Amino acid sequence: MSTEWPLYEVFIRGQHGLSHRHVGSLHATDAEHAILNARDVYTRRKEGVSIWVVPAADITASSPDDKGALYDPANDKVYRHPTFFDIPDDVGAM
Amino acid sequence: MNVTGLIRMGDNTLVLGQRLSEWCGHAPALEEDIALANTALDLIGQTQHWLDLAGKREGQGRTADTFAYTRDAWDFRNLLLVEQPNRDFAVTMIRQFLFDTWHLEALRALIDHADPDISAIAQKSAKEVTYHRERSTDIVIALGDGTEESRDRMQGALDRLWPYVGEMFAQDDDDLTDMSALRQGFDLYVTETLFKSTLTRPNSDFAHHGGKTGTRHSEHLGHLLATMQVLPRNYPDATW
Repeated sequence: MSTEWPLYEVFIRGQHGLSHRHVGSLHATDAEHAILNARDVYTRRKEGVSIWVVPAADITASSPDDKGALYDPANDKVYRHPTFFDIPDDVGAM
Repeated sequence: MNVTGLIRMGDNTLVLGQRLSEWCGHAPALEEDIALANTALDLIGQTQHWLDLAGKREGQGRTADTFAYTRDAWDFRNLLLVEQPNRDFAVTMIRQFLFDTWHLEALRALIDHADPDISAIAQKSAKEVTYHRERSTDIVIALGDGTEESRDRMQGALDRLWPYVGEMFAQDDDDLTDMSALRQGFDLYVTETLFKSTLTRPNSDFAHHGGKTGTRHSEHLGHLLATMQVLPRNYPDATW
């Protein structure tokens, strides 16, 4: 039996209106414990208004080997970027 | 103005803060290490407020640093509970749980204190201590209702430290609030938590006394102070 606590990924929302961002990972015995640990490890300087923790084992990740198939086809499709519109000056920064 | 009552609050947080900081770099897991150090820092921060106010009210130019670094063991007014050695993680966390539960009850009562400075310190501290108690409660439940070994250790720690509970509610005129009135809330919370943790509350209510009055500190306090005070006593002008 492994004596190591399971790994959790930690996501913190910095301010209201922003998305949760991945800030790192930590070990904890369960999800409640992970929230407390995240509070101590990642929010010591008032970084957050909300914490999510997710068991690292539950995250399904893309394989780096699939990089070509997943991302390369987008390279020659510049029209997918919204760069062909004239934006009126009055709109300001987009 | 009752300076001793302020010193009692500050000495409790000072001595326990120093005790907890002994874990820094030694805790059973990195996350617990950081959590214990955070709690220690919270308590030292509260000490600064209590002892600075004590110095101000006393009016003889003493500051939190003077109180912390230039008094001897018999001048300290902390509870015997907080000077007890860390021993293992079980003893440390049972001590923390018992102290946090008393501490939060005391701070909640002090929020209503007529003196606005005392009320302000209590308000600020209560937020931190609410978290301390949540954390120590969770650990008491997890380790009490854990493996056979963790349960044995937690029960052993509870039996060892229970004789230091009574002093927290021994009331005298120097206290900032009626400490004996806090016992009911303390008992309610402790009973509920012990039930969840499958631990047994010790039968005897025998209590050691002499910490908050300074008449009979345990031998452990002197060793703690020697470590804490060695630098400012040897190099009184040291700064960084």
